[in-house]
Amino acid sequence: MSHPHFSISVDQNKFLPEGGREVHAIVSVEATDTRGSQPVRVDRTRAGEVIIIDTSGSMSYPETKLRAAIEAAQTAIDTLRDGVEFAVVSGSNWATMVYPAQPGLVAADDRTRREAKRALGRLTASGGTAIGSWLRLADELFGDRDGIRHAILLTDGKNQHESAEELDAVLFRCGGRFVCDCRGVGTDWEVAELRKVASALLGTVDIVADPAGLVADFQAMTEAAMGKAVADVALRVWTPQTARIKFVKQVMPTVEDLTGRRTDSAPQAGDYPLGAWGSEVRDYHICVEVPPGEIGRELRAAWVKVVVPGEAGEEPQVLASGNVLAQWTDDEAASTKINARVAHYTGQVELAAAAQEGLQAYRDGDLETATARLGRAVVLAGEAGNDAMTAMLRKVVDVIDPVTGTVRLKRDISKAAEMELDTRSSKTVRTRKDETVNSRRGQG
Amino acid sequence: MTDEPTGTDPAATKTAELSCAGCGEIVFPSEDFCENCGRRLREGAAAPAGGPGPARREGATTKQYRGGADPARACAHCASRTIDAEGYCGACGMRQPAERDHVEITVPAGAAGVSDRGRRYARNEDALALTGHATGVAAVVSDGVGSSQRPEEASRAAADTGAAELAARLDAGTDPQEATRLAALKAAAAVAALAGSPGEAPSCTYVSAVVHGGAVTVGWIGDSRVYWIAAQEPPEDAADAGVEADTADLAELTGSAQLTEDDSWAAFMVAEGALTEAEAEAHPNAHVITAWLGADAGEVHPHVRTYRPSGPGTLLVCSDGLWNYFPAPAALAALVDGSADALGTARTLVRHALDAGGRDNITVAVIPLPTPSTEQPR
Ligand SMILES: [Zn+2]
Ligand SMILES: [Zn+2]
Repeated sequence: MSHPHFSISVDQNKFLPEGGREVHAIVSVEATDTRGSQPVRVDRTRAGEVIIIDTSGSMSYPETKLRAAIEAAQTAIDTLRDGVEFAVVSGSNWATMVYPAQPGLVAADDRTRREAKRALGRLTASGGTAIGSWLRLADELFGDRDGIRHAILLTDGKNQHESAEELDAVLFRCGGRFVCDCRGVGTDWEVAELRKVASALLGTVDIVADPAGLVADFQAMTEAAMGKAVADVALRVWTPQTARIKFVKQVMPTVEDLTGRRTDSAPQAGDYPLGAWGSEVRDYHICVEVPPGEIGRELRAAWVKVVVPGEAGEEPQVLASGNVLAQWTDDEAASTKINARVAHYTGQVELAAAAQEGLQAYRDGDLETATARLGRAVVLAGEAGNDAMTAMLRKVVDVIDPVTGTVRLKRDISKAAEMELDTRSSKTVRTRKDETVNSRRGQG
Repeated sequence: MTDEPTGTDPAATKTAELSCAGCGEIVFPSEDFCENCGRRLREGAAAPAGGPGPARREGATTKQYRGGADPARACAHCASRTIDAEGYCGACGMRQPAERDHVEITVPAGAAGVSDRGRRYARNEDALALTGHATGVAAVVSDGVGSSQRPEEASRAAADTGAAELAARLDAGTDPQEATRLAALKAAAAVAALAGSPGEAPSCTYVSAVVHGGAVTVGWIGDSRVYWIAAQEPPEDAADAGVEADTADLAELTGSAQLTEDDSWAAFMVAEGALTEAEAEAHPNAHVITAWLGADAGEVHPHVRTYRPSGPGTLLVCSDGLWNYFPAPAALAALVDGSADALGTARTLVRHALDAGGRDNITVAVIPLPTPSTEQPR
């Protein structure tokens, strides 16, 4: 398999004051086609796709929900390119093969697509919701294959028919084995629950409040999956013996704390799984605590690499690398400057937290906290230029002063607006002028 | 280090386009060495001590303090033997002192120079070259412009190219004024050629001093300086101590004096009468230079002047890391004891700049006059 071309760029203010210990950097990882700006070629990439459709009883209230889900899954199947091995699973109290009949994956061609779509058309809804059992079947279907392994999970309800512990155990087992994008249809599902699934399986989560939107969404999701050219990418972070990683967060396209995902991979190094990549850019905020050094000294606070598994029995391949540096200076102007992109993403991480905390307070009936946190979110969304967040916030609060964050909760907040804001609160935007960097040397 | 008015901030970006000539591995423009096979990828960056640099002539000796690029050397901080090709310790992460952190050079003609990283910057972006020539000694000092990319390569290229060209021209009998001008232009061309793209232009200052017979010819672009420190100052009541404008080409030197005039914003404002020297020095723009070597420098016009000292003394060729602390000739004169030990004098001057804060890279070449070499064959 030919990899896309990866590059790493590091944006930071490396200067620390005397005694300074905390190093922050935004590490951008970009994958492009080796021949330039064309998209990565994926035609020959081995890929597997499992589509999981919730067929619990609630999917037929109203009946349009199941019909829309079936139609969306059929569109997704049409979007699979020839040769991609796929399966369709229906989920209720347990998981059932829809296509093929026996557990396994089949290569997409005109005949198998037709058969799968016909099988989907026969689905009916009954029973409960046990998401862990559905994921367990998907995991068995993927087995130990390599290449792209992607699942789509659609549900409309809470995970009521298995315990949270059961779900957690399945997520623990499946983490790193396949990527799963999750969609909640309607407004009777639990945002936090589905976010947990998507997060553990390195996928996206979104709300499709109106079933009519499912077809376009499934098509987009499948197209994105078909655009992935390399699976099992990881960020390898080396740090000095005496240093400590405070956090590693994905900050673009969404906020995702990866700190706890580390697996030790080499002396003084750990790997953070990044899932599958096509032509795309993702940004990471890395914070390292280092022992203080003498003025003028320069330290490699972190050595960041993009790695993919090597051939069987071989070392992982390093596809790109970059240095996060620290240099102590007595020039206050240099050391007190906060890098613009570090500030930008720090603000958006706080934005996601403020929105989620505000909504939780609202659900708990603590309207004072809800108003304060959502007001803070309005300020941060404005500062970051995150217009999508601003628009969603304005569906739940009336903004009196966007600068101070003075807001009033709307009288009738629709369930869909609340869930939309919750689900999408971790989506970020890149800096408006993200070319502005801060690596200027001091003046002599 | 010096600020360039049009400087842009370089992003710490790595984009693979190139491949290593040794093993074919993809390499990045910002790397000095191939990560795969360790081959040196760029000339100029931290050239090894004693290597065949263009300015290294027979008879010149270079003493390099601290370690070179020996992969088996121990970390200067934690003693681990895991220094990687980029110069970072594999255990504690500290960047290792580079060979350029502290450089001492002596030439048999009795001249010497010291270049030091100072206390504040991670790298020494100054460069120093000393060479003998048919009728005396020549020194070149260059200071990388901190806001440009790869300033340490620019200064290295400027000093080495300038010194080599000076020696070659003087050996061939070229007039010292013309040799000084041609060497500066050749150095300018070498620095301009370092620019890999229009967006990046490694830049530096340039100053040279040539001792020939009993005269001194200096040439410069930017704010690195030459001082004359007289062994004996003229009597207090002498009307015009220091430089006496003589003819257009040749000035008599009676006392200690600065022989160059900075191409800097501060010097310009003082010359225009807009600010006093003290006001200009205190201004944030004080160290912005108005002329430099680099692909973005436009046409380069080296200043060239020749002086004839009336008595013995010492010539100092230095970067602003030294003169920032001791701008007045009298302040420098107080630190120079007039001994024939040029290396000792250079070390003393650098030590004083370090003690005063060492906020910049410090470089000084010391040429006693008359040079011992004018009396004995090389
Ligand atoms: Zn190589
Ligand atoms: Zn070490």
